[in-house]
Amino acid sequence: MIFNLSVSPHIYAKEDTRSIMRWVNFALLFPIAAATYFFGLKALILVVFTTLIAILSEVVFQWLAKRPITVSDGSATTTGILLALILPSTLPLWMAAIGAITAIVLVKGLFGGLGFNIFNPALAARALLLASWPVAMTHWVKPFDTITSATPLFLAKMGQAVPGYWDLFIGNRAGSLGETSVLMILVGAAILLCKKIIDWPAPTAYIGTVALLAFILGKDPLFAVLSGGLMIGAFFMATDYVTTPVTTKGRFIFGLGCGIMTVLIRFYGGFPEGVNYSILFMNILTPLIDKYARPQLFGRLKNK
Amino acid sequence: MRNFANGIHLPDYHKKATALKPIRELALPKRVVLPLQMNLGCPNEPLVKIGDAVVEGQKIADTSKFVSAPIHASVSGKVTKIERLPNPCGFDVPSIVIERTEVLESKAVSSKPLAVSSNIETLTPEEIRKIVREAGIVGLGGATFPTHVKITPPADKKIDTIIINGCECEPYITADHRLMLERPADILYGAMAIAKAIGASRIVIGIEDNKRDAIERLNRTLTPFSPLPEGEGTGVREISVVKLKTKYPQGGEKQLIKAILNREVPSGGLPLDIGVVVNNVGTAVAVSEAIKFGTPLIKRVVTVTGSGVKEPQNVLVRIGTSFEAVINQCGGRVGDTAKVIMGGPMTGLAVSALDLPVVKATNCILVLSKKDVKVFEESSCIRCGRCIKACPIGLMPNFLADFTKLKNWELVEEYNIADCIECGCCAYVCPSRIYLVHYFKVAKKELQLRKVVCK
Repeated sequence: MIFNLSVSPHIYAKEDTRSIMRWVNFALLFPIAAATYFFGLKALILVVFTTLIAILSEVVFQWLAKRPITVSDGSATTTGILLALILPSTLPLWMAAIGAITAIVLVKGLFGGLGFNIFNPALAARALLLASWPVAMTHWVKPFDTITSATPLFLAKMGQAVPGYWDLFIGNRAGSLGETSVLMILVGAAILLCKKIIDWPAPTAYIGTVALLAFILGKDPLFAVLSGGLMIGAFFMATDYVTTPVTTKGRFIFGLGCGIMTVLIRFYGGFPEGVNYSILFMNILTPLIDKYARPQLFGRLKNK
Repeated sequence: MRNFANGIHLPDYHKKATALKPIRELALPKRVVLPLQMNLGCPNEPLVKIGDAVVEGQKIADTSKFVSAPIHASVSGKVTKIERLPNPCGFDVPSIVIERTEVLESKAVSSKPLAVSSNIETLTPEEIRKIVREAGIVGLGGATFPTHVKITPPADKKIDTIIINGCECEPYITADHRLMLERPADILYGAMAIAKAIGASRIVIGIEDNKRDAIERLNRTLTPFSPLPEGEGTGVREISVVKLKTKYPQGGEKQLIKAILNREVPSGGLPLDIGVVVNNVGTAVAVSEAIKFGTPLIKRVVTVTGSGVKEPQNVLVRIGTSFEAVINQCGGRVGDTAKVIMGGPMTGLAVSALDLPVVKATNCILVLSKKDVKVFEESSCIRCGRCIKACPIGLMPNFLADFTKLKNWELVEEYNIADCIECGCCAYVCPSRIYLVHYFKVAKKELQLRKVVCK
């Protein structure tokens, strides 16, 4: 008679890493649907292709590195989808492939795999692609069309007319695949918030800070919130478990920092958009935030 | 409803199988194994030799150390062995084995070892403490801290409130629930005695709101006591039942005090530092039995349950009865037993065999079949922060586990491992199934050893 002798607790919550990743991937189907609707089948092909390359590079890397193959946890799929969603629809597939390999191998795998990467893999890969092929990475087209068009933030920076709020909200504007439709991002985010897979502090602090600072600086806060990659960044990148702080307090500070950096880059920097670099910058500060933003310890309050 | 911070909500408490079943006293066992230590604190020395005849209720082991509780023969018979034997708490412990003999049964009547008085008012606090100590009573919620020590607060600590813990927040267990339904008057009596011993004027009974029948039953029992007549000999001026939110670990001492009185036990301190003493309902019943009838702690209520038991129920068992004998009297095991746990599924100890004795700490024998026992490989921490949100103490379990793996004991201490109550909330919610509680136990042991070595 041999009984199992594992340590307590002997029961567990249903949620595990796989199911969490499944929910994130499910929530991302909404922005993918919007991207396909606005930018055509090409967009869907780019998403599927990038994701497949991400999965494949994880398997190959882990096999070469003689590590356990953990591709079934779904995290490589998430990285692949997220990367595709922040690329322009016109990007050549081979560049997207380099991006996916960079994200999985360089940014994640070499740092120790899931849980150990310092930077958000999708964002770091996008930064590398942008530095390597700046023209291809900023070649935007109008929805339902192949006509080259500038993003709303670029138009704003150049002092030109920008699309209306409604078009920005539903996603009828030029931009990266998944960043355009605020509506669909919110649908996906709402699912994750309801399932308690992501929490409110980072996105709220992020979006709130951008809106508030834009207002203080005399810009249109609603436009600042609806344009660029703020929404997908706030809900899907600033909530990434691995590369953001672990406590509620820390996540709030993270969002705050992202907001300040984004406004600085958008209004005072050379680039029209700053979400990508803001989050990467705050990723560096995450260990520091974790060190200081600790929860209140029980029994350290003064008793009445 | 009253509450504490964090903790977890469990989807199923699995209490239905036994909550409605009255406590049934089991037949006397043929043989009992009584470990010389069944309390937190110091072990006892045997007072009997191999071959001695002992009667039920006779004190067979004791010590002069203060933090201790004597052991009594739970059946009449003959001492056949005094040696180290397996114990459900993990290590082999010197134990006294008694083989029951029928002949001695009649003598048992004359063996009442304690001075008895059913009137609390005529007893002095000192007498109550003495009765409780001589009866070998320990905290029956599972922690087994000697009760007489708990009700002897230092002179400089003023205790204003006695909390009687009727939360039973662990899934599966219904032993305390049944006691509240079946013996509310004894709980009250025991609570009054404890209050008198300590000199506290208020008694609060805390019960989770998933045991509404128990709340109602105790409230009904309380009715004749409210308002309390002035100048009552026990000094108790206020008794109340408080309904608490069903949330784990509501029955944790610190969480319970926080929820009821909104006071926090200081880090590294005890409830008596903030004027509170907490006792389990089972302990209150044991105290009442010791005072009223002179009965020492030789039996206790055990919930025998889980998917691996044929007839789950609550039983009154002689201390020292083997798990096997108890389970057999509950219809035996069914299906493929994968795990046997002493205690509940959140903090209980998995045991390796069934020849272990029921000890004073055994509030539940949980037998789980294969389908309920999942074995997980731990995967990498994804830093989701669920453990931090679940921790009722405000610790960062993810980092504590990391530092333990790295053997960085300084950081483990800096991140307040000493405050961990091992409730298991963090490990329950961890999506990577990291053995968090295991690491904390390892770290605490390591730090303890280091302190001893350094001194």
